Amino acid sequence: MIKFSEEKLKKVSEIIQRYPEGKQKSALLPVLHLAQDEFGGWLDTPVMDYVATLLSIEPIEVYEVASFYSMYNLKPVGKYLFEVCQTGPCMINGSDDIIGYIKTKLNIGVGETTADGLFTLKTVECLGACGYAPMMQLGKTYREHLTKEKVDAIVAECRSKAN
Amino acid sequence: MAKKLLLDKAHVPGIRSYEVYRKEGGYRSVEKAFRLTPAEIVEEVKLSGLRGRGGAGFPTGMKWSFLAKPEGVPRYLVCNADESEPGTFKDRYLMEFIPHLLIEGMIVASFALGSNVSYIYIRGEYAWIADILENAIDEAKQNGWVGKNILGTGFNFELYVQRGAGAYICGEETALIESLEGKRGNPRIKPPFPAVKGLWDCPTVVNNVETLAAVVPIINEGGEAYAKIGVGKSTGTKLISACGNINKPGIYEIDMTISVEDFIFSDEYCGGIPNGKRLKACIPGGSSVPILPANLLLTTAKGEKRMMNYESLSDGGFATGSMMGSGGFIVLDEDQCIVRNTMTLARFYHHESCGQCSPCREGTGWMERILKKIESGKGEMKDIDLLWDIQRKIEGNTICPLGDAAAWPVAAAIRHFRDEFEWHVQHPDKCLTENFGLRHYADPIHVAVTA
Amino acid sequence: MADEIKTFKVTIDNITIDVPAGTTVLNAARQIGGDVAPPAMCYYSKLQGSGGKCRTCLVEVAAGSTADPRPMPKLVASCRTTVMDGMVVKNITSEKVKDARAGVVEFLLLNHPLDCPICDQAGECHLQDLGYEHGKEGTRYEFPRRTFEKEDIGPYIQLHMTRCILCYRCTYVADQLTDKRVHGILDRGEHAEISTYISKAVDNEFSGNMIDVCPVGALTDKTFRFKNRVWFTKPVDAHRTCDTPGCCGNTTLWLRGEEVFRVTARKDEWGEVKSYEGKPGWICNTCRFDKKKTSDWTIEGVTKVNRHSVISQGKYEGLVMPKETVQEVMGGRAPKLLMNIHDESEVNDPKIQLSEINGPAHAENFKN
Ligand SMILES: Cc1cc2nc3c(=O)[nH]c(=O)nc-3n(C[C@H](O)[C@H](O)[C@H](O)COP(=O)(O)O)c2cc1C
Ligand code: SF4
Ligand code: SF4
Ligand code: FES
Ligand code: FES
Repeated sequence: MIKFSEEKLKKVSEIIQRYPEGKQKSALLPVLHLAQDEFGGWLDTPVMDYVATLLSIEPIEVYEVASFYSMYNLKPVGKYLFEVCQTGPCMINGSDDIIGYIKTKLNIGVGETTADGLFTLKTVECLGACGYAPMMQLGKTYREHLTKEKVDAIVAECRSKAN
Repeated sequence: MAKKLLLDKAHVPGIRSYEVYRKEGGYRSVEKAFRLTPAEIVEEVKLSGLRGRGGAGFPTGMKWSFLAKPEGVPRYLVCNADESEPGTFKDRYLMEFIPHLLIEGMIVASFALGSNVSYIYIRGEYAWIADILENAIDEAKQNGWVGKNILGTGFNFELYVQRGAGAYICGEETALIESLEGKRGNPRIKPPFPAVKGLWDCPTVVNNVETLAAVVPIINEGGEAYAKIGVGKSTGTKLISACGNINKPGIYEIDMTISVEDFIFSDEYCGGIPNGKRLKACIPGGSSVPILPANLLLTTAKGEKRMMNYESLSDGGFATGSMMGSGGFIVLDEDQCIVRNTMTLARFYHHESCGQCSPCREGTGWMERILKKIESGKGEMKDIDLLWDIQRKIEGNTICPLGDAAAWPVAAAIRHFRDEFEWHVQHPDKCLTENFGLRHYADPIHVAVTA
Repeated sequence: MADEIKTFKVTIDNITIDVPAGTTVLNAARQIGGDVAPPAMCYYSKLQGSGGKCRTCLVEVAAGSTADPRPMPKLVASCRTTVMDGMVVKNITSEKVKDARAGVVEFLLLNHPLDCPICDQAGECHLQDLGYEHGKEGTRYEFPRRTFEKEDIGPYIQLHMTRCILCYRCTYVADQLTDKRVHGILDRGEHAEISTYISKAVDNEFSGNMIDVCPVGALTDKTFRFKNRVWFTKPVDAHRTCDTPGCCGNTTLWLRGEEVFRVTARKDEWGEVKSYEGKPGWICNTCRFDKKKTSDWTIEGVTKVNRHSVISQGKYEGLVMPKETVQEVMGGRAPKLLMNIHDESEVNDPKIQLSEINGPAHAENFKN
């Protein structure tokens, strides 16, 4: 049974309060973020249906929105999602090499997850860190000025956290 | 040293916290604004000559005066913190390090516009910055700057942070409004404009983070004093986010009287190009503005020094000039490949098209594919003309300016670097291992002397 | 004194008319009619909020109004631009418009499968008409086209997403005519698609109208598919007393002999569902899918077919080969991928009038 904890449900109603009466659909993006964090890092159909019920909207309205925004994962992802930027300014500063290095190091292609389910590699477009390139998003924060050594350290850090 | 209005306190330790911010003179503009009428505040902003810092450069005071004020209908102010234009990362800096400056500006602006509930729409990836902002709003609330009956004025004001979820198009103001309503980020067909029918069909003003932050010094120092900084219609100070091949990438506050050359090479700013490389090209205002070769970047076609301000950067129009745009300053050195760089930008716009209208939906992917083809040494001469024709058929024919934003970089790259594209076609093998290099792109341009 | 309705003077392609304030440029042009009316692939006058997306209806505004006669800097979508008094508009008299429109048509056809010979909509497809009239060159697109799997959405409707041009009309039908929408637009940009996401059935008495508003063959009537080609059936106007509230009961039956191959709403000259007493003549699924006997209907007479449409060409005197249209759509390029069904199929000899064959056609009927 998919259900938010009491605490999360309180958060949901708090978010809904931010908008005028009857405009609870506005809470969709924030609530989908909550749901993705809570239910395994991705949005399975039952999860989206649950969100639709919470906000009294049709499930298709949720699918339409979830599939539009690139941060919502509609398929399972690894525990650690490496989202490496590949747009112009990052490319100029060597993002291609970083992506290549991660591929060989983790032995996965872009869009793939390691066999142990720990890491997924994704390429993304400009994340607003162009001056600190190359960079990637990992969870809630950015890792910037990436080098091969830094990638090694990040992978090690994730591995030790996972244990 | 140029005068700093936004970042002058950025390096004070602890400025992120309310206490330090207040001790350094924060929230004075709110106190001052409450002694003025909303109309007087709008007038000050008009006097200041402030132009929107989100990219389009529309005069802010004028935008505010257009806001419809029907009886009994709420009005909204929405801060555009979606910052996703490649090369642009200035709003992030403001929000991350001096969050109270934005909040202060938003209180003043909301009071001027009559918005009792305002929102900051921040790009979803800036998740930790959303937390910083929410903390700062809580602090402001505890100290009586946000909430009911602020400072006993009878003005009620709530401020909320809304995170996006990964979509550049939500920086376009009507797409942003749709997104804030919990929908797909499809830009609306205008008219009606947000000033008449915006968020939940109510009159709405959407302003960039930096624009709203600039309201603070304008109220503190007065619109007229603000207008004295800078030149011509480029008043006040502007944040530039500099990146690419420079020694000191980062955020700089300039007063728009400095030359592009000094900006790139002086130690106060970018500090020149690393490893003794030479300047090849630059995209001076975020990825959608035209790229310029070194010669046209530093000197206008008229032979004048190009300056870092709205007028000078656009001098020569699209034929020989560019734009200030969002202030995302991307420098390319002699080792950079223009074709590859253009390809990554085309890929970006392809990835970010909302898909609502056919020229942008179909044309952006097409351009990316052709650029990939040329970049990988499989291009033909006719592909270059085809690219030109596609961008021409997208530009101006779409619902929102993302179509133009996708077309311009391709157009400018072909306009100024056509021989580099042709070289790729003519050297299908060599182009995989070598770069075209600097060639003549920094050579002085011949300026016709008029008698 | 009666309220005077304000009217505006607007000049389109050198023809001036008076229209009520609030009229769009497109509707003003439709009042003039003929070639002056820009093609519209996404706008649908009976669906609120439609239009603005396909960009085929772009026109040039040479003068904004008498008060402000400056030209508009960009071409505008005529379906979403309201007229101003003294506005001067150029449609087919503008080179800029023709050029842009040819571009839009190319974009729309870019990923289109051009499978006209096997498409149900062939002959009454607005995209086919559009390509025929405004398309210019053959495709310059040399990359693989995007493809999607066919999807059944409910027992009556099949979605052939590959052909969809994302006009959004069907989503407006679902929103405005049915009690709940189960299909919508998923993903974004070039990957955007119409879908239910999890293969839900579209099930509502008025869902069938999605088929009528679809400008291409993306949504088709499953009860009709592959039975015949549109141009071999004979459309007649018919009606029945229908007790579904909201159904007008006025239809077009597509007959061959005595057999009803398909039922659709009646269309006006712009390809939209006709209006009766100011109300759109939507029909219910019972009329559309369940009434397949001529005895269910009172037949009024032969339907007049719009002269713009490919079907209207020589409808009753001898049949037009679809091949010609296909080539035209593809800019004269003889289709390699496509087959001419008349060459390939034994059962579609155009020399034989299908309506004269009694009962279902078999290969035998065509063997001389
Ligand atoms: C595709 C597109 C993306 C945009 N992205 C942003 C953005 O990230 N941030 C922003 O402030 N304005 C952005 N804009 C401009 C906004 O539409 C709007 O003009 C701006 O927020 C107005 O604020 P200002 O007047 O303060 O500049 C974008 C526009 C377009 C067409
Ligand atoms: S131009 Fe592109 S992003 Fe803008 S509405 Fe059209 S498809 Fe969407
Ligand atoms: S399925 Fe048809 S009606 Fe629906 S969006 Fe596609 S083309 Fe338009
Ligand atoms: S280009 Fe990578 S963060 Fe902007
Ligand atoms: S009919 Fe006007 S844009 Fe599609």
